[in-house]
Amino acid sequence: MSAAEIRALIEKAEEVYRDLRLESVRRWKAEHKGLAIGFMPIWAPRELIHAQGGLPVGIMGGGEDVEIIKGDAFYQSYICHIPRSTIELALNGSLDCLDGMVFPAICDVIRNLSGIWKLRFPERLSRYFDVPQDFDPEVGGAFMRRELEELAHELEQRGARKLEPMALRRSIAAYNHNRARIQGLYDLRRREPWKVPTWELYLLLRAGLVMPVEEHDHLLDQYRAAVEVDHERRPMDQARVVLTGSFCEQPPLGLIKTLERAGCYIVDDDFVQVGRWFDKPVELAGDPLDNLVHSFLTDSLPSPTRYEDSDQKGQELVRRVEASRAEGVLFCAPSFCDPALLDQPMAVRAIEERGIPWTAFKYAENTGQFQVIREQAGTFADSIKLFSEAVTA
Amino acid sequence: MSTTALKDRSQERQKQMIAEHFSRLARSGETGEKSVYTFVPGNLTELVRNFDLLPVLPEINALQSGMRGKSREYIGLAEKLGHSEDVCTYVKCDVGMMKSGNVGPTGERLPSPDLLLLSYTGCFTFMKWFELLRQEYKCPTVMLHVPYQADGQVTASMRKYIVDQLVKKVIPSLERASGKKFDIDKLREQMRASAQAEDDLVWVLKSARNKPSPIDAYFGGVYYIGPIFSAFRGTHDAVLYYKELREEVQERVELGLGPVTPEGPMEKEKFRVVVEGPPNWTSFREFWKMFADEGAVVVASTYTKVGGTYDYGFRHDPDHPLESLADYCLGCYTNLNLPTRVDVLCDYMREYSADGLLVHSVKSCNSFSAGQLVMLGEVERRTGKPVGFLESDLVDPRYFSAANIKNRLESYFQMVAQKRDAASSHSAEAAR
Ligand code: SF4
Ligand code: SF4
Repeated sequence: MSAAEIRALIEKAEEVYRDLRLESVRRWKAEHKGLAIGFMPIWAPRELIHAQGGLPVGIMGGGEDVEIIKGDAFYQSYICHIPRSTIELALNGSLDCLDGMVFPAICDVIRNLSGIWKLRFPERLSRYFDVPQDFDPEVGGAFMRRELEELAHELEQRGARKLEPMALRRSIAAYNHNRARIQGLYDLRRREPWKVPTWELYLLLRAGLVMPVEEHDHLLDQYRAAVEVDHERRPMDQARVVLTGSFCEQPPLGLIKTLERAGCYIVDDDFVQVGRWFDKPVELAGDPLDNLVHSFLTDSLPSPTRYEDSDQKGQELVRRVEASRAEGVLFCAPSFCDPALLDQPMAVRAIEERGIPWTAFKYAENTGQFQVIREQAGTFADSIKLFSEAVTA
Repeated sequence: MSTTALKDRSQERQKQMIAEHFSRLARSGETGEKSVYTFVPGNLTELVRNFDLLPVLPEINALQSGMRGKSREYIGLAEKLGHSEDVCTYVKCDVGMMKSGNVGPTGERLPSPDLLLLSYTGCFTFMKWFELLRQEYKCPTVMLHVPYQADGQVTASMRKYIVDQLVKKVIPSLERASGKKFDIDKLREQMRASAQAEDDLVWVLKSARNKPSPIDAYFGGVYYIGPIFSAFRGTHDAVLYYKELREEVQERVELGLGPVTPEGPMEKEKFRVVVEGPPNWTSFREFWKMFADEGAVVVASTYTKVGGTYDYGFRHDPDHPLESLADYCLGCYTNLNLPTRVDVLCDYMREYSADGLLVHSVKSCNSFSAGQLVMLGEVERRTGKPVGFLESDLVDPRYFSAANIKNRLESYFQMVAQKRDAASSHSAEAAR
């Protein structure tokens, strides 16, 4: 019974994931009359949009399903794929249900995409969200608060509700619940990765980018309940790996499946980080805007897009490997992704110092052939297993 | 005084300034002088020198390595050490140079930094670059985050954020690195000198409005911006350099001369173009010659604004020193949003009576390149002038295909000529 239930839930999530025209967002708008605001990776203040009666909609490019007709004329061949599929979606009308787009400050490509939006869609809200790289509450924190207030004001001018502290507190609570559920599934996958295959977890996360948060909670709860009682899911002899580098442009679903089939249990990853961006719940007592800022400054996931204030580059990856009892690392980054690829040598150095095995490959969101990666990941998984057998013997 | 003598004077002075600077850096082990590595966009040269610290600009070292034919080897070494072929080659060139003994452009060894001043302006790669260097040098690093002008304007919030960082982070770090106290009166003096040099630089750049233009504002322009974009803004030497340069250009204007190219003085100005994007450094002279052979002069370029958009009126202000440093950083070209960059290009086309726009897109630089195709289309639509697109790289010679670029340039200039002829016969007909 539960296997069928799980299948149905994952099919539902996959439907949302493949719904590039955002039909569910269109329905939501017809029903709720609120603003739908798109946002690009990695992090955007969803709580604020939600508190103003809007629907935050995470856009992670077009993946493998969108045919690029015009997007290639916007970008040179040496620029990653996500901006061209995103602009394709905008030009083919898929995103016309969005009242605005938020472009978080993560790299020059996303930054400049905000300008393309302004040039091509001048009537729509196009907001570059400059997150601080200074983590002093009185300096970077004060700046971030002003950025949030400006965004709230802009949303209000576009017809959203005024930002009220009570409403924001409620929204923060809603996203705290959601993050806790996601973290719960990540913890379960760490403990018993056979119960939560990554490709399923990934689809659930993707669905959460589009669904209202309360609906997403329900989906996660149903999934969790179903996998917990599914005794058909049993451990296999797979290598435990941390997958890193895929925080923006996402690999095709087939690639994730390929890695798992090649013998890897992915026990930690960088996918769809917005759902886990804060590693602690945002405080509810006190000024909610300050609390959101405080969480951003102090409780955010380390990321290649955030300045590392101390000489600790790569140590976080080591910690993640240890915490997840992983046996190796897969560096899996999009081609031409400067933040991921420039970070990689520093992370490699840190894990090599600890003797942690690793392998690296690149992808594009529309990569269709996985043969080479399958072999590489398979060999890597085999070598890890052989090594651990040798150690135990 | 003859033109040649005048020309020589500014060039000689620049050469001498650079030689002295690098020799001070090379001798710093004995003299105890300290160095600060930082970036061109959003550089705080006056502030660094306020503490008698010596600035080092890794971007300039990288481009010099490109010009000296060293970058292939340096990039190769960095890639061997695990750097991806996909990323900015300035970073790899610098890493390779460091790993090969850190010998700078003058052949002397550069000191390790006493401080990395991460002026995070207009480019995300800067952050990765200095994180990489910090891992090597294990020295203190201070970040100055300059917000992006996403809506095409500087807000009070942005300015305050920068000034707060200067006061709370940057100045204390410079004090620690140098062991000296911050001297605001000295900073005011430095800024007066900056503004004077900036006035003269702008005069030189604007001289390209003349017909013929006495300068090439791209290939020649990179020499003119050298002192002010690197280690010398706010110094007496820079004031003298720009004064002399202005006199030389003034003389060229009076004599009705065009620019001096790698092949000598340009005979006849046939085309006037605006160029967007950085140059290629590994084949710099060859690239320039391709333009000169066509009789093409670059009358305005955006690359010469990466270290400040002085032609739009900004000057360092001794009466508001920290606020004006903030405004300076915010106004650097790659910190402007795409719509503003399009406006700048259209302004240049008009102001400098250009025949067309050429975009030189470099593989390395997402900050410049992502969106350039859209900008190109916008400028074409708004000005009705012919536009062209070239691709290569900054310092990776593997991406400079001379034949391909030459072909493209030839067809581009043919198109410009045709369009111009068609337009003039059209207007002659209308006049009849
Ligand atoms: S994939 Fe990398 S380079 Fe491309 S937009 Fe995302 S973060 Fe930027
Ligand atoms: S990406 Fe561009 S601006 Fe940034 S360091 Fe490289 S060349 Fe310079």
